[in-house]
Amino acid sequence: MKADPRGVLTGTHFLDGDHACCEGALAAGARFAAGYPITPSTEVVERFASRVPKVGGTFIQMEDELAASITLQGAVWGGAKAFTVTSGPGFSLMMEHIGYAAMTETPCVFVDVQRGGPSTGLPTLPAQADMMQARWGSHGDYEIIALCPNSPQECFDLTIQAFNFSEEFRVPVMFMMDEVVGHMTEKVIIPPADQIEVVPRRHTRKAVEDYLPYGTNGDGVPEMAHAGEGYKFHVTGLTHDEHGYPNMTPATQDKLVRRLQNKIHDAIDRITLLEEECFDSEDVVVVSYGITSRVAQRAIEMARERGLKVGKLRLITCWPFPEKRIRELAATTKAFVVPELNLGQMVREVERAANGKARTFAVPHAGGSVHRPEDILKVIVEASR
Amino acid sequence: MQLQLTELRIAGFGGQGVILSAIVLGKAASIYQGAYATMTQNFGPEARGGACSAQLLISGDPILYPYVTQPDIMVVMSQEAYTRFVPELKEGGILIVEQDLVRVTDLPRQTKVYSCPATRLAEELGKRMVLNSVMVGFFTAVTRLLEKEAVRKAVADSVPSSFCELNLKAFETGYEYGVQSLQESPHAQQFEHVSYAEE
Repeated sequence: MKADPRGVLTGTHFLDGDHACCEGALAAGARFAAGYPITPSTEVVERFASRVPKVGGTFIQMEDELAASITLQGAVWGGAKAFTVTSGPGFSLMMEHIGYAAMTETPCVFVDVQRGGPSTGLPTLPAQADMMQARWGSHGDYEIIALCPNSPQECFDLTIQAFNFSEEFRVPVMFMMDEVVGHMTEKVIIPPADQIEVVPRRHTRKAVEDYLPYGTNGDGVPEMAHAGEGYKFHVTGLTHDEHGYPNMTPATQDKLVRRLQNKIHDAIDRITLLEEECFDSEDVVVVSYGITSRVAQRAIEMARERGLKVGKLRLITCWPFPEKRIRELAATTKAFVVPELNLGQMVREVERAANGKARTFAVPHAGGSVHRPEDILKVIVEASR
Repeated sequence: MQLQLTELRIAGFGGQGVILSAIVLGKAASIYQGAYATMTQNFGPEARGGACSAQLLISGDPILYPYVTQPDIMVVMSQEAYTRFVPELKEGGILIVEQDLVRVTDLPRQTKVYSCPATRLAEELGKRMVLNSVMVGFFTAVTRLLEKEAVRKAVADSVPSSFCELNLKAFETGYEYGVQSLQESPHAQQFEHVSYAEE
C-alpha cells in the first residue's frame, strides 16, 4: 500500500540524518513514539514531537528508556506504528524490552544512533560498537533485523524499510545509525506519497471465533488483532501456545522459539540488502557498513589507483548476517578487510562465514572519529600480498 | 561548470549564525546548483557565545569522506576561531574574516585574505542577527565558488519568512561589498592590520 500523504514531506531538503530518520518514520506511517531523548539521537524525537501532532499522532517523553521501550509496544498493540530512539546507554536499558518485542512478535523499530562507549563514553562522538548488542543484547534465542544507513538520504529511505520489515515479519528492527550519519547534513529527496511503498499491519481477516493470536498461515508469521476489537487478546513474554496463553512445556518452547528464528532465516535472501562492487576474482574485498563504508570507499579507490584488485561489499542489512554472500566471495578472493568503529565485532562474523577459505583482516578503531582512509588502505595493501 | 571538491570551514561563536551560513551554502550547492554537499558541525554546550564551527564539503561528484581534511576556504568570525583553525588552512587557500572581530596575524604570504565588517553592515541594516547573510553574500562574491542566484535562493529558503526580505538585503549588501573589494584588489584584499609571517 502507498504512504499516507499527511506524513510525507515531499520535496528536496537539506537535512541531517536524525531529521531524515524522523521523516522516514512519518512517511512509513509511524504515529507514535516514546522516548527518553539522548545525544546524538535527540534530534529525531525533537522533530517527531513537533511534527506528529499535525498528522494525528503522539509523542510521549517517558521517565526512562525502560518505560519508552515498553510504551511503544503498548501503542503497537493498540493499532499504531511506533518506534523509539536512543543511543548506547539507553540501548542497554532497552534490551529487556527488545526481547519482549521479539517474543510477543510486536512490530516496531528501535533507532540506535551509536556513540562511543562503554557506559556514558563519548556522548557527541561516533562509534559502531553496539552491533553485537543489537543482535545478542537480550537473553534467549531470538532473531532481529538490523539495518545500517550511511547517509541522510538512507536514513529516510531505510527507516521506511525498517518499518516495512518489522510489519512484514512482526519483528523488532534495529536501525543502527551512528553519530556521523545522524549529525551530517546532505540533500534528502522525499518522493511523493504515492511513490512510497509501506507495508500495512498483518491484521487478521478471520472471524472472531476463528482467530488464533499466534497461529500462522504456514509462513511463520502470525496475524495480529488489536486490543479492544473483540478478538481474543493475550500478549505475554512467557512461552505461549497458538492461543497466546502460557504453556511452559519443552515442546511448546521448541516450536515457538524455532519459529521466531525460522521466520527470519527462511526469508534471509529477501531481507539481505547489500551494495556490492566486486569484479572477477578480486584479491581483496572490503566489507563495511554505516559511515565507515564511505571512508572505506575512498580507501578502495586509492588502492585501485595503485593497481590493486579490490572489491567492495557494503552491508546495509547487518542482521541477519549475510553469510551466504561472504561464503561465495571467500571462494574467489584472497582476503577480507573489515574496517569498523569498534575493536572487532562484525569482523568475527566475516571470519566465521569465510571459514578459513579466505583470510580476514580487521581494521579496528575505538571510536570518537572515523578512520583515516590511509589506515584502511594500509591494511588493504597488507592483505593483497 | 563542474565543481571540484572544495573543503570549507566556517567558524565563530554561537549566535553568529555559523551553522546557518553552512546550511545556506550547502543548500545552494546541492539543491539549487545540482552538485553535492556534506555539512557537519561542532559546538559547545552553550546556546550563545561558545566556540562553534561547521565543516562543509562541496563537489560535483558524490562526497565520501564526510570531514574537512585541509580547508581550501575558511570563514572566520572570532579571534578564538582564528587562532584555533587558521593553521589548518591549505597553502594558497582563501581566508575570509570578520574585519572588526578578527586581527589577522602570522599568515603564510600565499594566503588570499578578504575581510568584511559583516556585523557593522548588519547593524546598519537594523539587525545584527543578519550578519551571517552579509557574510554569505560577501563569500559568494569573493570566492565565486557558487552561483549567486543559487545562494540567494538558499538564503530565502533557510530563514524565517518574516525576516526573508531583510536577509536578502543583507545578502545583497555583503555581495556588493565583496564585488567592491575585488575591484579594489582583485587577487587579495590588502588591509592595514594584516601581518604576514616572516618566510
